[in-house]
Amino acid sequence: MIAKDISTSVKKKDHDGKISGQLAYISDVKVDSMLYGVLYRSPIAYGKVRSIRLPPLPEGYEKIGAEHIPGNNFVKLLHNDQPIFANEWVNYIGEPMFMLVGPKLDILYQLVDEVEVDFEEHPAIFTLEEAIKQKDQTGVFAYHEFGESLDVIKSIEKKAHRVIEEVYETGYQEHVYLEPQGMLGIYKADEILVKGSMQCLYYVKNALISALACEDDEVRVIQSPTGGGFGGKEDFPSMMACHVAIAAKVVKKPVMLLFDRAEDMEVTTKRHPAKFTYRTAIDEQGNILSMNVEVFLDGGANAGLSPVVLQRALLNSSGVYKIPHFHAKGYALKTNTVPNGAFRGFGAPQSFAAIESHLGHISSMLKRDPIQYKRNYLVKQGDPTITNGRFRDPILLEDMIQDLLQTADYTKKKEAFRAFNQQNKRFKKGIGASLFLHGCGFTGSGERDHIKAVVKLEKTEQDQVLIKVSNSDMGQGALTTLSKIVAKGLDLPYEDILFPDPDTKDVPDSGPTVASRTTMIVGKLLERAASQLKAGWQSGVAQEVVEHYIHEDMIPWDEETFSGDAYPAYSWGVNLIEVEVDILTGSVRIERVYGSFDIGRAIDERIVKGQIDGGMAQGIAYGFMEKMTSQLGKIQQKTISDYGPPTAMDLVPIESKLYDNPYAGGPYGAKGAGELPLTGGAPAVQAAIEDALQIPFYQIPVTPELIIESLTKKDGDARD
Amino acid sequence: MISNGKSKTVIELHVNGDSHEVMVRSGDTLLDILREQLGLSGAKRSCENGDCGACTVLADGKPIHSCLSLAIESCDQSLMTIEGLMGSPIQQAFVDNWAIQCGFCTPGFILNCHALATEHPNASDEVIEEWMCSNLCRCTGYQEIKEAVQSVVRASGNA
Repeated sequence: MIAKDISTSVKKKDHDGKISGQLAYISDVKVDSMLYGVLYRSPIAYGKVRSIRLPPLPEGYEKIGAEHIPGNNFVKLLHNDQPIFANEWVNYIGEPMFMLVGPKLDILYQLVDEVEVDFEEHPAIFTLEEAIKQKDQTGVFAYHEFGESLDVIKSIEKKAHRVIEEVYETGYQEHVYLEPQGMLGIYKADEILVKGSMQCLYYVKNALISALACEDDEVRVIQSPTGGGFGGKEDFPSMMACHVAIAAKVVKKPVMLLFDRAEDMEVTTKRHPAKFTYRTAIDEQGNILSMNVEVFLDGGANAGLSPVVLQRALLNSSGVYKIPHFHAKGYALKTNTVPNGAFRGFGAPQSFAAIESHLGHISSMLKRDPIQYKRNYLVKQGDPTITNGRFRDPILLEDMIQDLLQTADYTKKKEAFRAFNQQNKRFKKGIGASLFLHGCGFTGSGERDHIKAVVKLEKTEQDQVLIKVSNSDMGQGALTTLSKIVAKGLDLPYEDILFPDPDTKDVPDSGPTVASRTTMIVGKLLERAASQLKAGWQSGVAQEVVEHYIHEDMIPWDEETFSGDAYPAYSWGVNLIEVEVDILTGSVRIERVYGSFDIGRAIDERIVKGQIDGGMAQGIAYGFMEKMTSQLGKIQQKTISDYGPPTAMDLVPIESKLYDNPYAGGPYGAKGAGELPLTGGAPAVQAAIEDALQIPFYQIPVTPELIIESLTKKDGDARD
Repeated sequence: MISNGKSKTVIELHVNGDSHEVMVRSGDTLLDILREQLGLSGAKRSCENGDCGACTVLADGKPIHSCLSLAIESCDQSLMTIEGLMGSPIQQAFVDNWAIQCGFCTPGFILNCHALATEHPNASDEVIEEWMCSNLCRCTGYQEIKEAVQSVVRASGNA
C-alpha cells in the first residue's frame, strides 16, 4: 500500500508476533549451557566493605566481582561514580556488589542468602530535605542559576503589592514497564555479544567497551523486543550489560540476568522526587512582576542522568509563560537512596506540576479563573525563552485553549459543578486544566556535540530497503513510523521496507531512543536518506546511503551560562480534566479527560493516539494515584499493587485532538510526541481536585489520605 | 501426590489439545512449567503476584493467573495458552484497534478477552471493564483494548 497521507494509519510492523505470543522477549530466550546470574546487593545505605564471606559454592557456581573487570569499574553517564560492582564503598541499599552465576536459579538465590558481608557503617543521607541542608558541604551533582539578577528581583519584591511564596513537592514515579529488566551475555572467542531489553544500544556498547577495556569490534549489542521502557530502559540496562558481559567472559558461557518484579521495583531508576520554591511578586491588579524559582532534585546515590534531568526541570520552570524578571536556580543532590534516572518527561513533569499549581493558586487568591489568568502570560512566536533562546515557530496554544473551552463548555460546566457541589454533601465535582510544552530532542547542543547521529539505508539486489538505525521499538511504534517515513520518501509500499532488530554490528549510531527525538531527529535523517536513495536508485543493484545529523541554525546553547536555544522545536499541549471527589473516602473518580496537542504533523494518527492515551494515563496517575516512598533508604513498595498504577476502571476515554502545525526541521513536519502527553496529566488532575474541594494542595500525588487530611485541617481551621 | 516442596512428581498436563507428562515439584507454578518445561513462553512472567495478568492462561475456558496456580492443581483441566489460540476474532480486533504497543501484556489480555467474549457474548461496558481489571497494560491506557473487545462483543451479539 502506498500511503497518500503520511498520517493515515497502517498495520504495525510487529503486530503478528505480539498477538500470537511468538515474539521472543529476552526472558523467553534459552541458549545451550546458559547460566543465570543473581546479584548480591548491599543491605546498608552507606558504608565501607570490611570483608565478604561466601558459602561454599557447589561445582559450576562462581562469584563474579570487581576483580574480574578488565577495564573501568564504573558505568559512565556523566560522572564516573556508578560502580559496576561496588567493592569498597556502598552508597545505597540494593547497590550491586558482586554476582553469583550458575545453572540453577533457586540454588543461586539460596547461596546469595547465605553470603555474609561485614561493613563499617556510616551515617547516610536518606531524604532530599537532609541533602538540601548539607548541600553547601557535599553532595551536589549539578547546579545551575540563570535569569534576572537577584538584586533586581529584590527591589521589585520590595515595591510589590504582594509576594507569594509556595513550596511544592513531587514524589517518585515508577515505570512499571510490564517486562522486567533482562540481559543476556554470550561469550564467543572473538566477541562478547549482549542481548536484552533496552532503549539505547550504543550507551550499552560504550559501557561495555569501557568495562571490558576492549576494541570496538570485540563487543556487540542486539536489542531484543522490549516490553515497555518509558525511560526506565535508557540508562539502567548499561549496568546489567556489564554484569552479564563480564560474567560471560569469565565463565566462557552465556549468562542471563533477569530481574523479578520486586527486585526491579527496589533497585531500578525512578522519576526524581523534587522540591520547588516559587516566589512571585504581584501588583495591586494581580499582574505578575517577577518570579524567583528554586528547584531541588533527589538524584539518589549517583549522578546518573540527574544533571540533564535538572536542566530540563529548570528549562520548564516557567511553564508556557512569558514572565517578566524571571530567575531560577536548581540543584541535583546526592542521597543514599536508589539512583533516579530517566522517565518520560525527564524533569519536565515535575516542573509543570509546580508552575501550574503555583499560578493556579495565585489565580484563586485573586478570585480569577485560572485558565483566563494564565492566558495573559502565554508565550508567543518570536518571544524569548527564559534562557534567551527564541520560540521561532508558530504557537497555536491560544487557539487550542479557545477550542477546548468551547468543546468542553467550560464556563457553563464550572457553574453547573458549583451548583452541584452546593447541593451535594458527599460528592464534589471539579474541572481543571494544564498548559504545557515539550522541548523536542536532546537538551542544548547534545545532538551536535555528543550524539552526532548517523543513519543508513541499505537496498538489496531484490530492491528491498532495510533501515539501519540504532533506535529501539519499545512499543511506541518506531518500527512502523520510521518505515512509513522511508516508504513515503521512496514512493514504495510500506510493506517493502524492512526493519531488522537493531544490532551494533550492523547499524550506525543514530543515537539513543529517548527525549522524543526518534521520529523528529532520526526520522528526518531517514527522510533525507530516502530522497538520496531515490535520486540514485538503480533497480537490481545493491546500494547503500548514509546521512549525518546537521545542526539547525539556532542561538548557540551555552551550558555554563545556561543561555541560548535549549531545543530546536517545541510540542504543545492543553489538558482539561473533570473529576468527582468523594469527601467521605477521599477517592477521586476521573469523569472526563480532554487533551489537545500540537506535535507538528502526526506520522501515524493511531500510533500518536496510543502515545496520547498511554502517556496521559501515566501523567494523570502520577498526579493522584501512584505513590512510591522510601524509608531509611529502602523502597517500601515491592509489588505493583502496593504501588497502584491505573487499571481499566480508573480511566475514561480520552477525548483528544491534534493540531496540524508542520515543523520544517522534522520529517513531513513531525515534532516529538512521546513525552508530551504525560506532562499535563498531573497538574490538570490536581487543579480539578482543587476546584472540587476549594482547597489548595502543595504536592502530588493527591492521594485519598492527603485529601482527607486536608479536608480535616480545613474543617479545623474553619472552627478555630 | 504427597510430597514436600522438593521431591518431584510426574503429572499430565493437557495444553492446547495435547497431553504432556511433566515432572513437577509441588511448589512449581503452572507458569514455571509452561515456560520452562513445555517451552510455551507466550505466558509472560511479570509480577508473579497476581497483580498484572501477563501470565493469564485459560483453564477449562476460564482465565487464571498461571503465576498463582500450582502446576499439580492443573492436571485435570483443559488448558489453553496463547500458542493454542490462532486466528481468533479477538486477536484480529487487537490489531484492527491498535490495542498493542509493547506487546508484553498482549497474550494475557487476549486470552482474558477471548474468554470474556465467549462467556459474555453480549457483555455490557461495565462487564468488559470489570474483566479487563485483572490485567494491567502500561502503554495504551486501555482505551484501544476496550474498543477491541467491544468490536468483538458487538459482532457476536448481533450474530
